Amino acid sequence: MVNLEALHDVPVVGSVPTDGAFSLLWLVIALPALGAAILLLGGRRTDKWGHLLGTAMAVGSFVISLILFFTLLGKDADDRQVTQHLWNWFTAGSYSVNFDLLYDQLSAVFLLLITGVGSLIHVYSIGYMEHDERRRRFFGYLNLFVASMLVLVLAADYVGVFLGWEGVGLASYLLIGFWQQKPSAAAAAKKAFVINRVGDIGLSLGTALIFITFGSTSFAVVSAASSHASDGALTGIGLLLLLAACGKSAQFPLQTWLLDAMEGPTPVSALIHAATMVTAGVYLIVRSNFIFSLTEDARTAVIVIGTITLLMGAIIGCAKDDIKKALAGSTMSQIGYMVLAAGLGPAGYAFAIFHLLTHGFFKANMFLGAGSVMHGMNDDVNMRHYGALQKAMPITFATFATGYLAILGIPPFAGFWSKDKIIETAFADNTLVGLCALIGAGVTAFYMTRLMLMTFVGTKRWEKDVHPHESPKVMTYPLIALAALSALGGLLTLGGWIGDWLEPVTGHAEHHELPFGMAPIVMSLIILLVVAAGVAVAWQLVGQREVPREAPEKVSIFTRAARADLYGDAFNDEVIIKPGAAGIRGLTVFDRVVVDGAAEGTATAFASMSARFRLLQNGFVRSYALALLAGAALVIFALLAVNFG
Amino acid sequence: MDTTPFIVLSAILFTIGGIGVLTRRNAIVVFMCVELMLNASNLALITFSRANGNLEGQIAAFFVMVVAAAEVVVGLAIIMTIFRTRRSASVDDASLLKY
Repeated sequence: MVNLEALHDVPVVGSVPTDGAFSLLWLVIALPALGAAILLLGGRRTDKWGHLLGTAMAVGSFVISLILFFTLLGKDADDRQVTQHLWNWFTAGSYSVNFDLLYDQLSAVFLLLITGVGSLIHVYSIGYMEHDERRRRFFGYLNLFVASMLVLVLAADYVGVFLGWEGVGLASYLLIGFWQQKPSAAAAAKKAFVINRVGDIGLSLGTALIFITFGSTSFAVVSAASSHASDGALTGIGLLLLLAACGKSAQFPLQTWLLDAMEGPTPVSALIHAATMVTAGVYLIVRSNFIFSLTEDARTAVIVIGTITLLMGAIIGCAKDDIKKALAGSTMSQIGYMVLAAGLGPAGYAFAIFHLLTHGFFKANMFLGAGSVMHGMNDDVNMRHYGALQKAMPITFATFATGYLAILGIPPFAGFWSKDKIIETAFADNTLVGLCALIGAGVTAFYMTRLMLMTFVGTKRWEKDVHPHESPKVMTYPLIALAALSALGGLLTLGGWIGDWLEPVTGHAEHHELPFGMAPIVMSLIILLVVAAGVAVAWQLVGQREVPREAPEKVSIFTRAARADLYGDAFNDEVIIKPGAAGIRGLTVFDRVVVDGAAEGTATAFASMSARFRLLQNGFVRSYALALLAGAALVIFALLAVNFG
Repeated sequence: MDTTPFIVLSAILFTIGGIGVLTRRNAIVVFMCVELMLNASNLALITFSRANGNLEGQIAAFFVMVVAAAEVVVGLAIIMTIFRTRRSASVDDASLLKY
């Protein structure tokens, strides 16, 4: 069925070949890829300068991204999609996949985020990993991650996206398990990898379904033909891509790996598990807007998943004493907001990407801040052992506070501009979803205030031999840069710039009406009130009391549930792992009894039969002669019977 | 020509040979009985050759004789060797090659 109404709505990915500065596009990926190759293949002889090379590659990539961005900015809005054809990847019959890079408004934004935040985190890691003897390898993995992530966002074909998708999955696995001597880190890496595979199935099946439906997997062909595809196919593709996004972006029901992923070094949590990789799912949905814009059903599923996750993540964040896990819950929740926004269709795509950007800034900022705190506290992550660090770590505190204000959505910090827009758009779409998003904002305010109070304010609850100190400059400068971005990132939305910029990619957003005819300023005030309420509750519950050094045992059932990650793992255990294990055990028994039984039974039958028959071979010549005679007689009688019978 | 007596004689000789092979233990006697069976079949071949008026049966008989001669050479040699090692020519004693 042709969706006539939508025919003109979906933006088509059309593009011009690269020229001039754009021909540098491949270098953006090649530099970090080269860095990873040198560092990982070069072995110990690169130990001395490996971290510098890795950082230089990331920074080089960032510089090229900047050049490309400004070149793109200088072009007319109509020419802002360029494709660089690198080579023909493979051809099978009429199906051909080119290794093409697509540089448009959307990937330009991602390029800046990945290489920009990536470079800052490389610099930070020089200090953070200074005493780790495997630092060179760490930088190799980081470069590998950056290269894969760039492939993911630059590929002009779903197969190319899949390559990058698997690459970042691998890098994430290697980096979560970087401290492989810790069994918990190794287990967390495995868990992340396995759960991500579930999502990867979604992407590979989605790509297959795209190929079946459109005969091609390149964005250009699919976006041009998507309005002619049947509703069923579009919904199927949408749901499969959503499954992929759930895995990579830690959305319900595949969210459990993200909290465990905090076993990795903190710069990894900041880069991969906060700013970039976990947002790949949001990128996938927004990039596939030509699918999602046409299928209401899949979009509804996206909204539901996003809303559930944003509340779950926020609730989990409230009960965690581990500073990184509290931030991980927050990351889940914020990505929930992005997914929710992406599910709202053309009205929300730009805000999803905008929140992704600002979140990338302030969450990377706060994760690195948490790393700086841990650096000063002998790698203790328990916030109950912190307190009163404001004086000991002034720069970390100031930068963290900027991130805090940004995530709360206090104007004029970045989160205010992006989160308010999402809540507003959600209200315009559906009041219930809007309310959930609003409550989420209040809970966010609660847990972030709790985190701030427990870490930086209050009494000293330090372990005995801990002497907190400010981190070295190589770590604080990236913090300051990210804090500046967290404070100023909201400027991107001035005059609706980000929406206009992305409109050629994501489609035209209809003007939306808020319920009860509210003015946006009223909506913002309501959100601020809810946030203030969250802060006030946290102040009452955490700020006004002494924080116990041991987590209280007698807590409400809700706290217990939140501490257990809302039973995500228990649910998986009961619903998937135990029945799976039982099924495997059943199959093992079946294999042993039926399959092995058939094979071994046949062998036993022949063996016992031959044990009987071999007795005929008794060594007496005369018995053989008798057998011969009997046989000959038998033949003769048979012949006679046939001829004369 | 009435071939019946020749065929009957051949059958009698063949039966005697067969009974000898099955009942006697002495390898030499068994061997002789085998020869008897061969010659009984030779007789039958030649009889049918005469009856049909062509030479094919006789040629076959010659082949049988040649084979029998060769067989005698090999068979006697085997029997001699067995006798030398086991001091016995009984075919039942030479029953080691079994299951």
